Amino acid sequence: MTTRFGLLSLAREALRGHRGWAPQWRSPERPLPAYDVVIVGGGGHGLATAYTLAKEHAHVGRIAVLERGWIGGGNTGRNTTIIRSNYLFPESAALYDHAVRLWEGLSRELDYNVMFSPRGVMMLAHSVHDVQSFRRHVHANRLDGVDNEWLTPAQAKAFCPPLDIACARYPVLGAALQRRGGVARHDAVAWGYARAASALGVDIIQECEVTGIARDPQGGAVTGLETTKGTVRCPRIGVVAAGSTSLLMAMAGLRMPLESFPLQALVSEPVKPVFPCVVMSNTVHAYISQSDKGELVIGAGTDGYNSYSQAGSVQVLSHALEAVCELFPSFRRMRMLRSWGGIVDTTPDRSPIIGTTPVPGLFVNCGWGTGGFKATPGSGHVFAATIATGAPHPIAAPFALERFTTGRLIDEAAAAAVAH
Amino acid sequence: MLLIRCPWCGERPEPEFRHAGEAHIARPADPAAQSDTDWAAYLYLRGNPRGWHRERWRHAHGCGRFFNALRHTGTDRFAATYRPDEPRPDIPDT
Repeated sequence: MTTRFGLLSLAREALRGHRGWAPQWRSPERPLPAYDVVIVGGGGHGLATAYTLAKEHAHVGRIAVLERGWIGGGNTGRNTTIIRSNYLFPESAALYDHAVRLWEGLSRELDYNVMFSPRGVMMLAHSVHDVQSFRRHVHANRLDGVDNEWLTPAQAKAFCPPLDIACARYPVLGAALQRRGGVARHDAVAWGYARAASALGVDIIQECEVTGIARDPQGGAVTGLETTKGTVRCPRIGVVAAGSTSLLMAMAGLRMPLESFPLQALVSEPVKPVFPCVVMSNTVHAYISQSDKGELVIGAGTDGYNSYSQAGSVQVLSHALEAVCELFPSFRRMRMLRSWGGIVDTTPDRSPIIGTTPVPGLFVNCGWGTGGFKATPGSGHVFAATIATGAPHPIAAPFALERFTTGRLIDEAAAAAVAH
Repeated sequence: MLLIRCPWCGERPEPEFRHAGEAHIARPADPAAQSDTDWAAYLYLRGNPRGWHRERWRHAHGCGRFFNALRHTGTDRFAATYRPDEPRPDIPDT
């Protein structure tokens, strides 16, 4: 049984020298021979899906999460933890704002501190085109009931003092600010969901790679999975595998409108608190915030070619750092500690794919591209409903795979904020 | 940073090039005769394999010409680059 966190349990463990803490989630060595729903992918989205299924749709039965590596070790542990919902179209605003509202209560919901910090996300405009584009976003967001406001350069400087608004190379002509946006602790999100899902009976099996999807020879419906830890029978499979989604869907004979690219990020040496918010500069491509450990967390761009290498080329990082040094001259002499890459699955319209597939029993939640972390609670919530009922949740419905055939794309290339 | 061999100019650093997606995708001769499903497949569906990938590159800051390449998406190693009029090289054993 999971310990409920609180003053009493903390005090009790403090007196015992903190030797009484048990693992916060069950991690069975092997999967059972059969489940009712299997979620493939133990990142934030997959764990959130499993948690919501167990909590709000318990009638589906036994649930398992299969993870190739360790939970939260993929893109959940590799992103820059930015949370915002200032997307252009009403469909996206509904989806991402659903997530932001869930973020606001998530620590209490999971009884786990995910350190959600709505410190404000400010997007800089460097050109007339940026100004027009961002003001359009501000107005569209206001119509959708999503907070987003326009700041003058002086207001932007006041909100983020390290910013150089007179920067000769990238002058700041204004900024769009979403005050409800911010950051959260990415590992805690995976751990908190794992703990809460496990307490509701979800089996989380790590180091268990899916190697095949079995289908009924007559109707084509899924019947189970082949894994490195044996065969698992199950009538419903939810694939939430980010960059590896194409590989898994190919096991069921499906081609996807996805391409996987390395997206890089890096952190600086830790310093005293200097940076009060999140700043994104879409045009010059740098985004930056400061973690609670004091490191500056800097997001760079994607490489120009599809790859699964989790590495990426050095010129992508140097391009981001050049922009950061121009916009924040006081950071010029800071040292960078480490950089890494994650494999992101991008769609042609930069919006995710959530819903059913042509294969009965097979569901997919993918295509979050460069910005999936912000959607974690909302993504899991609507995907769980989709799996449980077999029909898309109303918020997820516009993001169905069929939109690439009908032509009803949701083109968020400008709001996605990472140059592709 | 990758070192890429342009079939016309020789080996050059990656920033001179632009990746141009999966290669050998032929535009249907009569788009109007395509079903919505086939047209969507032509426009959007991609192999995205982890393994050998035939792809197009353009030597944007060089000769400006398109060419094809055979690259491994797990290691980013190039097995070959070839001109559009050349036969497709075989996929290496390793």
